[in-house]
Amino acid sequence: MDFEDTPEEAAFRAEAHKWLSAHAKPRRKREDRDLEEMENGASVDMAASKAWQKEKAKAGYARITWPKGMGGMGGTPMQSIIFGQEESKFDVATGGPFAIGLGMCIPTLMAYGNEEAKKRYVWPAVQGDEIWCQLFSEPAGGSDVAGLRTKAEKDGDEWVINGQKIWTTGAQFSDYGILLTRTDPNVPKHKGLTMFYIDMHDPAVEVRPIKQASGGSGFNEVFFTNLRVKDSQRLGEVGQGWQVALTTLMHERLAVGGGQGGGIDSKELMRLARTLELEDGPALKNAAVREKIADWYVREAGLKYTTYRTMTALSQGKQPGPEASIAKIVVASKLQDVSAFATELEGEAGALQGADAPAHGMFQMGWLSAPGLRIAGGTDEILRNIIAERVLGLPQDIRVDKDVPFNKAPTGR
Amino acid sequence: MNFDFSDDQKMLRDQAHKFLSEKCTTKTVRKVFTSGDGYDKDLWKQIADMGWLGTAIPEEFGGLGLGYLELCVIAEELGRALAPVPFSSTVYLFAEAILAAGTDEQKKKYLPKIASGELIGTFARAEGAGAVTPKSIRTTFKGGKLSGKKIAVVDGMDADFAVVLARSSDDAGERGTALAIVDLKGSGVKRKAEDSIDPSRKHAAIEFDGASAEALGKAGEGWSIAANVLNRAAIMTAFEQVGGSDSCLAMAKDYAMQRYAFGRLIASYQAIKHKLADMYVNTELARSNAYYGAWALSTNARELPLAAAAARVSATQAFDYASKENIQTHGGIGFTWEADCHFYYKRSRELGLSLGPQRTWKEKLVSELEASNA
Repeated sequence: MDFEDTPEEAAFRAEAHKWLSAHAKPRRKREDRDLEEMENGASVDMAASKAWQKEKAKAGYARITWPKGMGGMGGTPMQSIIFGQEESKFDVATGGPFAIGLGMCIPTLMAYGNEEAKKRYVWPAVQGDEIWCQLFSEPAGGSDVAGLRTKAEKDGDEWVINGQKIWTTGAQFSDYGILLTRTDPNVPKHKGLTMFYIDMHDPAVEVRPIKQASGGSGFNEVFFTNLRVKDSQRLGEVGQGWQVALTTLMHERLAVGGGQGGGIDSKELMRLARTLELEDGPALKNAAVREKIADWYVREAGLKYTTYRTMTALSQGKQPGPEASIAKIVVASKLQDVSAFATELEGEAGALQGADAPAHGMFQMGWLSAPGLRIAGGTDEILRNIIAERVLGLPQDIRVDKDVPFNKAPTGR
Repeated sequence: MNFDFSDDQKMLRDQAHKFLSEKCTTKTVRKVFTSGDGYDKDLWKQIADMGWLGTAIPEEFGGLGLGYLELCVIAEELGRALAPVPFSSTVYLFAEAILAAGTDEQKKKYLPKIASGELIGTFARAEGAGAVTPKSIRTTFKGGKLSGKKIAVVDGMDADFAVVLARSSDDAGERGTALAIVDLKGSGVKRKAEDSIDPSRKHAAIEFDGASAEALGKAGEGWSIAANVLNRAAIMTAFEQVGGSDSCLAMAKDYAMQRYAFGRLIASYQAIKHKLADMYVNTELARSNAYYGAWALSTNARELPLAAAAARVSATQAFDYASKENIQTHGGIGFTWEADCHFYYKRSRELGLSLGPQRTWKEKLVSELEASNA
């Protein structure tokens, strides 16, 4: 048991570090941007992100596990992790606009698209020229994605699409999107879906930012009014959309680690507690504060070492165990609890936010964002269902709409 | 990155699992619960015959000389089976204290007998309710004689020898403490069985009235040696707690997959599914913290005190949650004496208290964080 690289991993790390040193400057301070992106996706420095993506694509570092000539180098998932670790030490524009397209949309296109489409779209996406978004969630289908209503009707060699998507990350700067639609309302809900890819610049597509409860705008609503797409833009068979969507979502779950709640953790809480006085003296000496720090620390450490277990499996060329699925449940509610507790310590000043608040309002921002994090990408409840059903093998809840034609299923309206 | 047990260690875990699932069922636990015996003597003998007691004891002292990673995988299986044997007090505490502070002569005297199963040992610390602090230690060890009273000594009735935390000078702080090894069958020692919350791990009150004892380590270092031994024991105990949590989750799942209510399996209700998912999340967090502890233990890392405290708190929380929600998942039947659920509920609390409560370990954890972030 150790935390060392294998000789091959060490060699790859050295090589990656050398390449990074030649192409970027070391990072000066730690940065956690996941909350900021959720709050304000549009503030991403797009030109810098695209330039850096292009640089990586040329060298095969953009999608390490993908084949050569597709922006990759036919590498291992572990090499991808190692590159990410090294990259985080440099002052470069990472993450943001490419994660969804390259992590989910393009793999779906690669699995179901025709040769022409792959030739046309994969490389521009890998090198950052074109950005993709994923159009699944709807006002009537969030956790129950298969309950979506956006309608696609066949008209000759084309499809006419009408409806609305919501909570679409990055739609405002996307060039293309993969779109899940209902093509047959007369069959049960999972059987009447079909997937397409669409041009986000088509005038029949309208993107409107959502103003979140936290004040920011990281997500969008997307409206389709008589959007016409060619049948050749269909991914998978008509009525096979759900299976195609599962491919997309499977790629989502392969991502290792993930955000840690904007860096708001027991360490930041300790830093705050060092600066504050409570009724009985320094906050850091208060027993209730110390107990909370310990509670949250053990969850953070537990997650960190769970990630190490996952990485170990990848390093040994094995499939990671199901333990990798616990991260978001732990992170999201902990963010909410840590930030609320921090505002308790700040006392009446805790009611302020932004520059007026203690610690530049980081805990207020965490607290305001936390409800969103507990919902986005699978609610706490859906994630618990997934663990219960896929990891523990418990049965699905009884679904009253399962064998009923979609247009006969109860909707409450 | 190689943050996992080796194939050999996993094979040892599988062997331990197979052996204990045959030789130590909940019937074995129930027998000790209801008998006057402090532990299952047959099981203890077989465990000794397999060499588990000497897993981490060097070969020169009669052990197998394997290591702590091997001991951790065995601990996980002992915890999973709720093995009613004095393993933790003998191996994690007594043997570790001798290994940490014993002279060569003491190691030669005690360790081979531990490895062979001839000697049961324990570690006596508490003297009353509340926290064990240097100030709370009133038992004295002066001029080779031990006087005072210890309570809630795990396996205290069956142990042959105990390491005792005592006061060796008038200094009320840590520097006034020392450790002593005492023969519990010798003169000047009186013991009385105490009712334990977990009858498969029996406790005793032990009174010393000028009992002859030998020093373990230097006078004045008792507290610091004890702290180190407790840290190490906490990591191995965390593996027992993780094993116990796994058992609770498996039991709760099995029951939920058989029991019908309102015309359907209770495992199909989200109220049950989410409860079991939370058991799984807590147990995996605890397992990962325990793994880190095992790494620290096996490498004697500088991070050991922090790793031990985190493993301890995380595993105690996981086992507490899993054992109480296992009863809840079972409903009324789970609260009967005949069902096995209460064995885990009781073991969980016993393990959660015997090396000191969560509160104490959380305080240690934050002190370590303060020191490392300073």
